[in-house]
Amino acid sequence: MELLRFATAGSVDDGKSTLIGRMLLDAKQIFEDQLEAVERTSRDRGFDYVNLALLTDGLRAEREQGITIDVAYRYFTTPKRKFIIADTPGHVQYTRNMVTGASTADLALILIDARKGMLEQSRRHSVIASLLRVGHLVVCINKMDLVDYDQDTYDRIKADFVDFAAKLEFADLTFIPISALNGDNVTDRSAKMPWYSGPTLLWHLENVYVGSDRNLIDARFPVQYVVRPMSNDHHDYRGYAGTVAGGIFRPGDEVQVLPAGFTTTVVGIDFAGRQMSEAYPPQSVTVRLAHDIDISRGDMICRPNNTPTASQDLEAMICWFDERPMSPKTTYAIKHTSRSARCQVKELRYRLDVNTLSRDESAKHLGMNEIGRVTIRTTVPLFFDEYRRNRTTGSFILIDEASNNTVGAGMILGG
Amino acid sequence: MSTHVSHLDALEAESVFIIREVAAEFERPVLLYSGGKDSIVMLHLAEKAFWPAKVPFPVMHVDTGHNFPEVIEYRDRRVSEIGVRLVVASVQESIDAGRVTEEKGPKASRNRLQTVTLLDNIERHRFDAVFGGGRRDEEKARAKERVYSFRDEFGQWDPKNQRPELWQLYNGRHRKGEHIRVFPLSNWTEMDVWMYIARERIEVPSIYYAHPRSVFKRDGMWLAVTPFVTVLAGESVEERVVRFRTVGDASCTGAVESPAATIEAIIEEVSASRLTERGATRADDRISEAGMEDRKKEGYF
Repeated sequence: MELLRFATAGSVDDGKSTLIGRMLLDAKQIFEDQLEAVERTSRDRGFDYVNLALLTDGLRAEREQGITIDVAYRYFTTPKRKFIIADTPGHVQYTRNMVTGASTADLALILIDARKGMLEQSRRHSVIASLLRVGHLVVCINKMDLVDYDQDTYDRIKADFVDFAAKLEFADLTFIPISALNGDNVTDRSAKMPWYSGPTLLWHLENVYVGSDRNLIDARFPVQYVVRPMSNDHHDYRGYAGTVAGGIFRPGDEVQVLPAGFTTTVVGIDFAGRQMSEAYPPQSVTVRLAHDIDISRGDMICRPNNTPTASQDLEAMICWFDERPMSPKTTYAIKHTSRSARCQVKELRYRLDVNTLSRDESAKHLGMNEIGRVTIRTTVPLFFDEYRRNRTTGSFILIDEASNNTVGAGMILGG
Repeated sequence: MSTHVSHLDALEAESVFIIREVAAEFERPVLLYSGGKDSIVMLHLAEKAFWPAKVPFPVMHVDTGHNFPEVIEYRDRRVSEIGVRLVVASVQESIDAGRVTEEKGPKASRNRLQTVTLLDNIERHRFDAVFGGGRRDEEKARAKERVYSFRDEFGQWDPKNQRPELWQLYNGRHRKGEHIRVFPLSNWTEMDVWMYIARERIEVPSIYYAHPRSVFKRDGMWLAVTPFVTVLAGESVEERVVRFRTVGDASCTGAVESPAATIEAIIEEVSASRLTERGATRADDRISEAGMEDRKKEGYF
C-alpha cells in the first residue's frame, strides 16, 4: 500500500469540511462514537441534518466561532492507498496555512462552488499550490446539485480555470463535478451527471501516479547525525545517518562530500542491521564511506559530477508568517536541510500579488501572509538545488533569533 | 529495480528522521515510555535509528502507581535488553510531597495528576525535548498538533499560537526552561501501529491479547478488578475474555471483550471496529468534548 499526501483548500462555504467528512464517512473511517458526538452536537445547535463538517472541528475556539483556525491532519485508508489530508482553512491566516499544508503534499484539491464559479481565492489557492510545486491539482466543482447538475455550468467554470492555470505550472490538472452533500462522484459515480465520463474523486486519488514526483536523478544525502557506537562489537564503526533527499545511492558509488570537497567511495548502506543494495528518497539510512574523514551534521554527500550549488548567496521566493514585517538588512537564523546558519535578507526584489500574479517592485517590506522574491546572503555556504528540481534541498525556513518563531518559508530559485 | 516505498516504510523513514533530528539538535532529550504499544513502537524506531549505536537518550515512565503487573514486567525487561536508562516519574511521590492532591471517591483517577509529575520531572532532569507517542488520528485536539510542539516555561501548549511547520524543517529553538514535545508517530494511525508491530514482530505486553479476567461494568466500559478500584454496590464482577486496546492507568483504562489472541486477529478486529480506541477504553477522555484539549494545554502528554 502506498501513501498519498494531499492538501485541501477552500473557503467557509464551499463545502470543504462536508467533502472531507463525506470521504471519511464513505471510507468507513468515522467511528460510531465520533458520529454520535456529531449527531448530538448537530441537534444541540438546531441543525435538522447531521452536519458532517462538525467531524473536522478541532479546537474549542473553532467550535465556538464556527471557523477553522489551523491546519488539521486527517487520515483515511482504502484497500489501495493510505491518505494523509492536510486540511487548510480558507480564511484566517490562509496563506500561512495553505503554504504549510502544500509543503508536504503530492496533490492539492481545490473546491469551487458551482453557483459562484471562480473566485479570487480559487486563484490564490492555485497560485500557492503552483509556487509550492504541488504537481497534481484536482479541481472539484462542488454543489452541482444546486445548479441542476448542469453541464454548461461545469464546462464554463472549467474553461475559466484552464485559462487561468495556463500561467501556472501543474503536471496534471483534473476537473470533477461533485456534490459533497449528496456524495455525487465522490466515492460513487453520479447517475445525475451522465455527461461526465471521468473518474470519481476517490478513484482519482487512489490511482493518480505520483511516483515520478521524487527526484531519483540527483544524488543528495544531507548528513543528519554521525553514528559512532564505540562499543566492543562495533569499535571502528562510523556511519553517517540521514534521509536520502535525491537520487539513488549504492555501495561502490564514488561520492563527493561538501563542503570539504574530497571524494571517496560508499562501502555500505545500513539500516538497523540490514545491508542495503541501494537507497533512495525518502529512505532513512546510514552510509559508510571508505575513508575515515571528518564529516559532520550539515555536510552534503553527492556525486562528483553532479553537485548542488554551494553558495552563500541565493535567490528565493519567500512567504512571510510573522506579525513583524520582513525588512531587508535584517538578520535571521536559517535552517536548510540539516544545516543551520544565520543570514541576511539583502534585497526584496518584488512582492507578488497572489490574486493577480502582478509584481510590485516598489515594495519595501513583506507583511504577514505576503509572498515576495528576495536575495539572501548566509554566514556559511549552503548546498542547494532549485526548489523546482528538489523540494528538500530547495527549501528553507527563517527563524527570528529573538522570539525563536518560524517567521518565513523559502523556495530557492537559484544561486 | 523498483523504488517503490510502502506506506509503512514511508512512515518509518519519517519517524526515524524526526528522532535523529532531535538527537542531533537537543542537549537532553527523553522518550516517554509506558509499555503501551505506541511508546513501544517509538522505542523500536529509536533503536533502528541509531543502530549499531545505543539509543542516545533515556526513557521516562510517568507512573501513576496503578499498573498492570504484566506491563511493568515488560517495561523493565525491555529497558534492560536495550540498555537504556529508565527514569520513573512517580505520581505517588508527587502526592506524598504535597505537589498534587488525590481525587476523592470511588471513581477517583490519577490521570490528571500525571501532568504535574511529568512537568516536575522535565524540570528536575532539565529535559529539553520530550518524545511522546501521541498520534493525530487519536483525538481532534491532537489533529492540529505539530510534530515539534513548543511548550512554554509552564509546560503549556498554546494551540492558537503554534509555529508553522513546513517540509521536514523542524524548528526546535527554545529558551532555557522551555521545552519541545516531539511526536514522531504524528502521521501513524492505530492500524499502522498494529501493522508495523506485526511486520517487525515486536513483542507487546500480554494484556493486549485476549485473556480471561475478572471485570465489572462501569459507565459502559469493562474495568479490571485491581487493588486500585473499589467495586460499587450494584456493580457485579464477572469473568470475561477480554483484551486491552490501550494501556494506561489501571483504574481508568477499560478492557474490550475480544477473542483476539494473535496479532493477526487484533488487526482484523481493529479494522472492523466501530469505536475509536479512546472512545472504547478511556474513561478520562469522556469527561467533555474538550477534555483532551484542556489537559493538553496544561501540559499533558
